[in-house]
Amino acid sequence: MSTENIHPTPTGALGWVDKRLPIMRVWSEHFADYYAPKNMGFWSFFGSLAMVVLVLQIVTGIWLAMAYKPSATEAFASVEYIMRDVNWGWLIRYMHSTGASFFFILIYMHMFRGLMWGSYKAPRELLWIIGVVIYLAMMATAFFGYLLPWGQMSYWGAQVIVNLFAAVPGVGESLSVWVRGDYVISDVTLNRFFAFHFLIPFVLAALVFLHIVALHRVGSTNPDGIEIKAKKDENGKPLDGIPFHPYYTVKDTVGLVFFLAVFSAVVFYAPDFGGLFLEAPNFQPADPLVTPAHIAPVWYFTPYYAMLRAVPPIGGSQFPGVLVMFGAIGIMFLLPWLDRSGVRSMRYKGPWSKGFLAAFAVSFVVLAYLGLQPSSDLATLIAQIFTVVYFSYFLLMPIYTKLEKTKPVPERVTS
Amino acid sequence: MRSAIIAASLLLVCLIGPMSAFASEGPALQDANIDLKDKASLQRGAKYFNNYCMGCHSLKYMRYNRMAADLDIPEDELTENLIFGDAKPGDLMTNSMRPEDGAKWFGKVVPDLTLVTRWRSPDWVYTYLKSYYFDESRPYGVNNLIFNKVGMPHPLIDLQGIQMPVYAEAHGAEGSAAHVVDVELVEPGELSVEEYDTMVRDLTNFLTYVGEPYKLERRSLGLYVLLFLGLLFILAYYLKKEYWKDVH
Repeated sequence: MSTENIHPTPTGALGWVDKRLPIMRVWSEHFADYYAPKNMGFWSFFGSLAMVVLVLQIVTGIWLAMAYKPSATEAFASVEYIMRDVNWGWLIRYMHSTGASFFFILIYMHMFRGLMWGSYKAPRELLWIIGVVIYLAMMATAFFGYLLPWGQMSYWGAQVIVNLFAAVPGVGESLSVWVRGDYVISDVTLNRFFAFHFLIPFVLAALVFLHIVALHRVGSTNPDGIEIKAKKDENGKPLDGIPFHPYYTVKDTVGLVFFLAVFSAVVFYAPDFGGLFLEAPNFQPADPLVTPAHIAPVWYFTPYYAMLRAVPPIGGSQFPGVLVMFGAIGIMFLLPWLDRSGVRSMRYKGPWSKGFLAAFAVSFVVLAYLGLQPSSDLATLIAQIFTVVYFSYFLLMPIYTKLEKTKPVPERVTS
Repeated sequence: MRSAIIAASLLLVCLIGPMSAFASEGPALQDANIDLKDKASLQRGAKYFNNYCMGCHSLKYMRYNRMAADLDIPEDELTENLIFGDAKPGDLMTNSMRPEDGAKWFGKVVPDLTLVTRWRSPDWVYTYLKSYYFDESRPYGVNNLIFNKVGMPHPLIDLQGIQMPVYAEAHGAEGSAAHVVDVELVEPGELSVEEYDTMVRDLTNFLTYVGEPYKLERRSLGLYVLLFLGLLFILAYYLKKEYWKDVH
């Protein structure tokens, strides 16, 4: 293992810059001399991949904005103009629309990894919380962006979601008008959604920066959930750690190329993805007078949408459903304090933790599926059951993690 | 490796599962057998569209010269036979019908068809054009098996001939009622059944092209991109292996 590339003293132009801006220190602290556990496997790819997709979304998004017109009369036609008349416009647009779905796929994998490895437990609570804020910012960006093509589903999806604000007791009606800037989704709404869709990704980038700074403060965890900093060699280097560069830079490159191949396969061969990534009704321009037969949000929102529909209205108000929906995301903030287990990783937790995590994952997938379906009595019942399963993963966690018998954690990482 | 399998199956369930949700309802659609490489079919489709459809339906996101270039239609042929009025080859394929007139004559604004194969499907368009039947209760004397109470008259009725509905008894909770389950040709038109099917298929093929004119380009470019990434993957993989040799 080579360690001689650490703290080199640069000369020449690089030296001139380094005297004024500590680029070499940043390089060594965050790449060459940042020690990551050597046993991070498949599941460790998703964070860095998500960062690549964020950059991809920002770059393709800026290029789309060069030809897109945020106006109710021109938006739909300008998207078709991009797809047909702008050089490589179809490729940029498909990369952007496919990128949105892949961003969520990667983040869901990244979050599931966090749940498996116990990445939210002390000292990584703040790291986890910044992550949940990133997730919220992503959802806001996706929601604002989804209106921009100004298709039927864009329009009516936004109508349904903004109407949720109207369910807030007392101020609801004025709140929803304030969000829309109008009594219905209109040109005014489209303009402000475009402004936010452009702005929030940069906030997202800043949050990702904080996420990484926090990560590098506490260090990456690993499938064993062991702190590698606890066992160091005579030079003060973690025995189970390896420098991020070159080891993980080359490893993440392999993952990146593999991911890009999967991503490209969708962009070039199935950009609609069977109506999941680009929905058929969105190829019709928005028509405020014609409500589509079946309105469903995009797939990455549907677990929460299914929960919203599963909660019966109380006193004619949808507000309880709205609370449950936002609660499903909000409860993630509490996760670091809900887990009372003595061990971090799922590898050494007991059968209850494993069972609840599996049930949670299944409930997320089932709810996502149900959220795409038209409502029926049976579907509502199933959605109610899985909403309870979803919440019980969190709410019962203090009990099952405290009571269950855990396995002994090894001193050093296993491979 | 085991976790990779878990992840892959999770992804599959996440993505493929909901896709089955989009199974169609109602009468079965017929296969349009789309072939975007069949230039002769696309050219015929363009001609039929301009002759029979474009009076009412525009293709307002499509340009004449793009169509001519993609379908190998010579410029003189384009200007003589396919462009009506004073439109230029670089213009969008609009028509001169006012939306409010369409609403008055057919009950709703006549839709633009540039993207019809994307929000319906090619098979839907193909089946639709074959599923008109005689119904004297409708303003234009026709109805459609897969679009009940359609406002649009049958534009190709002289070519197809007259189809009559085939009924079946449906037994529901509120008693039984006859409903249309199929159509049958009772009075042949100018074309034989095979000729009509070919014509409608050409039209559908053309509209599928118009819905995504860059589709063939997209697919052929994708192959090169994937080949490049495949090679890059091999290089990246062995580079990683070389670096990780000393990690134990």
